[in-house]
Amino acid sequence: MVEKSVAPALELRAIDKRFGTVHANRSLSFAVAPGSIHGLIGENGAGKSTLMNIVYGFHRADSGEIYVHGRRVDLGSPQDAIRAGIGMVHQHFMLVENFTVLENVVLGVEGGALLAGGLARARRELEKLACDYALAVPLDTVVSELPVGLQQRVEILKALYRGAQILILDEPTAVLTPQEADALFNMLRRLRDEGKSVILVTHKLREIMVITDRVTVMRQGVIVGEVATATTSPRELAEKMVGRAVLLRVEKKLAQPGATLLAVRDLEVRDRLGVARVKGVSFDLRAGEIVGVAGVSGNGQSELLEALAGIRLPTRGSITLQHHDLVREHLGPRERRALGLAHVPEDRLRMGVVTNFSAEDNAILGYHDRAECTRGGWLDRTAIRKACEGKMAAHDVRPPLPSLRIAAFSGGNQQKLVLAREIDVDPRVLLVGQPTRGVDIGAIEFIHKKLVALRDAGKALLIVSVELDEILGLADRILVMNAGEIVGELLRADATEEKMGLLMAGVKSEGPA
Amino acid sequence: MSASAKLPRWAELGLLPLINLAAALILSGVVVKILGESPWAALKLLVSGALGTQEGIGYTLYYATNFIFTGLGVAVAYHAGLFNIGCEGQAYIGGLGSGLVALWLGDRAPLLVVLPVAIMAGAAFGAAWALIPAWLQARRGSHIVITTIMFNFIAASLMTYLLVNVLIKPGQQSPESREFGANAALPAVHEVCAQVGITFSPSPWNLAFAIALLAAALVWVLVWRTRWGYALRVAGQNQSAAVYAGISPSRIIIQAMLLSGALAGCLGLNELLGSQHRILIDFPSGAGFVGIAVALMGRNHPVGILVAAVLFGALAQGGSQLAFDLPKINRDMVVVIQGLVILFCGALDNVFRAPLAKVWPGRLARSPQPSGGTSVPR
Repeated sequence: MVEKSVAPALELRAIDKRFGTVHANRSLSFAVAPGSIHGLIGENGAGKSTLMNIVYGFHRADSGEIYVHGRRVDLGSPQDAIRAGIGMVHQHFMLVENFTVLENVVLGVEGGALLAGGLARARRELEKLACDYALAVPLDTVVSELPVGLQQRVEILKALYRGAQILILDEPTAVLTPQEADALFNMLRRLRDEGKSVILVTHKLREIMVITDRVTVMRQGVIVGEVATATTSPRELAEKMVGRAVLLRVEKKLAQPGATLLAVRDLEVRDRLGVARVKGVSFDLRAGEIVGVAGVSGNGQSELLEALAGIRLPTRGSITLQHHDLVREHLGPRERRALGLAHVPEDRLRMGVVTNFSAEDNAILGYHDRAECTRGGWLDRTAIRKACEGKMAAHDVRPPLPSLRIAAFSGGNQQKLVLAREIDVDPRVLLVGQPTRGVDIGAIEFIHKKLVALRDAGKALLIVSVELDEILGLADRILVMNAGEIVGELLRADATEEKMGLLMAGVKSEGPA
Repeated sequence: MSASAKLPRWAELGLLPLINLAAALILSGVVVKILGESPWAALKLLVSGALGTQEGIGYTLYYATNFIFTGLGVAVAYHAGLFNIGCEGQAYIGGLGSGLVALWLGDRAPLLVVLPVAIMAGAAFGAAWALIPAWLQARRGSHIVITTIMFNFIAASLMTYLLVNVLIKPGQQSPESREFGANAALPAVHEVCAQVGITFSPSPWNLAFAIALLAAALVWVLVWRTRWGYALRVAGQNQSAAVYAGISPSRIIIQAMLLSGALAGCLGLNELLGSQHRILIDFPSGAGFVGIAVALMGRNHPVGILVAAVLFGALAQGGSQLAFDLPKINRDMVVVIQGLVILFCGALDNVFRAPLAKVWPGRLARSPQPSGGTSVPR
């Protein structure tokens, strides 16, 4: 084997890490060959991030050794990792938004008290890097003015400028359109061909198949498999990740849409600064259908969802539910719930749950003044606990302990409880933002089934998701948003990834849909 | 990324505060040593002064009563996510309300009438003083910490003006009101004890202590057992979740601050009606600030607040004994000890938490772990 003759670019030997009671990494060993793209895949909580944080010096392993190009290194801080030639591109960019690209790149390696010299040197070097790797970025533009794809490129340049030979990318495509993702992959191939090593951390099977040379699968803190990508299949990888066979595709019958339950007309939402985030959006939501809202994150989907739920006030337009104009009548979240509008928010931890509360207290959030939970002004603790036990049993929430703090549950189980809370009140219309964000594959399957069952029971569902696969899997009808507008409406049968990708990028479909 | 270590409940609520307290006392001992007194003798004096005699206990609990009221006030605001630094001013103005009632009704109506009216007036005045910062926070976004601090100064200036120019007893120099009528005096505990044949050394410990205990019980029920308390805690923990749930955070801010100010405003019952029997300059004497430490140390829970209030009461009483008996130690030294306790129990709370969690291998068995191994701490 060729790999044996050369020392691996990065080698981990028996890395072990505990956080208190949680054994996040159990004696992990794996090697990344120089000039290769190595995938690291696993469910949320499998220990991928912990492992990468150890490699990048954020955490120190309890035991184990790390070798870079055959030389043992001690990585006590990100500075050590950078010195060892390891660069990391985080899922959430670490850029100073109101600095220019050039200033961002030299941040921390200015090379002297006076900026000018360092900046000139950086400019020369960056132009060379941009040329070598086809990584052109306008160096004097302020970062906040760049599209997300280019911001990511700046992060990669930052790592390369610091001399990275090993590049770690953590969920790099979460914020990209399919086309932008393809551009990123081309860039990574180029880097590989130049002899760099790339570690791609992701939970998306498709990306692993497209771009990686080898893939390591993690589950519950251990490595459960390492294979050459060419010899495996998405199904096999998914089974390794979850530990059992999983359905990757949602099985459902053709939708039978009924009467319109929610009508949105010419809706405009502005943010605090007065910038229009949703620009004159109109659509109907009918009983017995799932409408998916697709788009690159940050194109007005979140604002639309919050306006529908009553959290944000629209500046124009109408939302009609049960013969009430929710906008004109100033109906808030509480009144909308009373009319049968339930809402699973996009950002569970920010809005959907109170992390310091117990599961049972979270299971009444938004419904705490309903008769089921109260006797007069008092909370009926017995009834609340009973109701929570019922929800946990019906939705397979584990562990079924109502008094446990919600933060101690996994993302999937938190989401199941939130979903249970919103479904159990038997809503007419259910708004779901990012149904499976931060949710493990096993729970994804469960949640998708629940949503389809709700549709079949005659509810109207609006699902906002940045996961294209999820929209394609669940939706009967798809609205694509770009820059606050609905740029296209597709029936599921007509939707392809390519069509949607173009729409998401803002290339409008010819003629009205 | 460092997760705050988890301890079993009893260690969190019992052992950790004790360790913090011990650390504060050891450091105080070092200071005492530097001043040239024996730390051991000082500690003995401190403890015996606070708890060794009936009189000492009486004074300890009398001081504690003030701290319970202000500590509860701070805690209620805290549960709404607000840091109310203004309990000092709210207690000052609240006391004015109770005091005015005592001046007005003290020799016209029986205690059974005076007391409820004085409670209501104290609570109403204290709440009113908290309302303006609350409104500014809820509607204008002015930070409550800044506004309540400023309102402490305004309260102090206002009270000085009133006492010097309006309420002062004619024909005297010190800025104090005339003495309340006899019916406005809350019975002291030693008086009540004497009535039933128990002798207890005289001290200013009075009926207001019982009112403070009732207030603590009331706060517990309100915060943990009512719909309103649920909304309060949601808004305090996560504003976005509150809006999502249809709870108005700005309404909660105002309601919580009204209750907070009302609780602090009851301090005058203990200090004026229970002990001084007149309105005088600066009668809260820092109890509003000690209340912050009491709430912090008591984990904002009424039971914890009771315990912490008694501790700070003991420090106040034992400290004055110390200053009285040891010539090299003065009142300021007592403030130093208080400060160290606050420092260790509040600001440096985490210093001993992590090491304690490390030596705690058995804690796994107690807290059930979710299946799937997905609870990597963030």
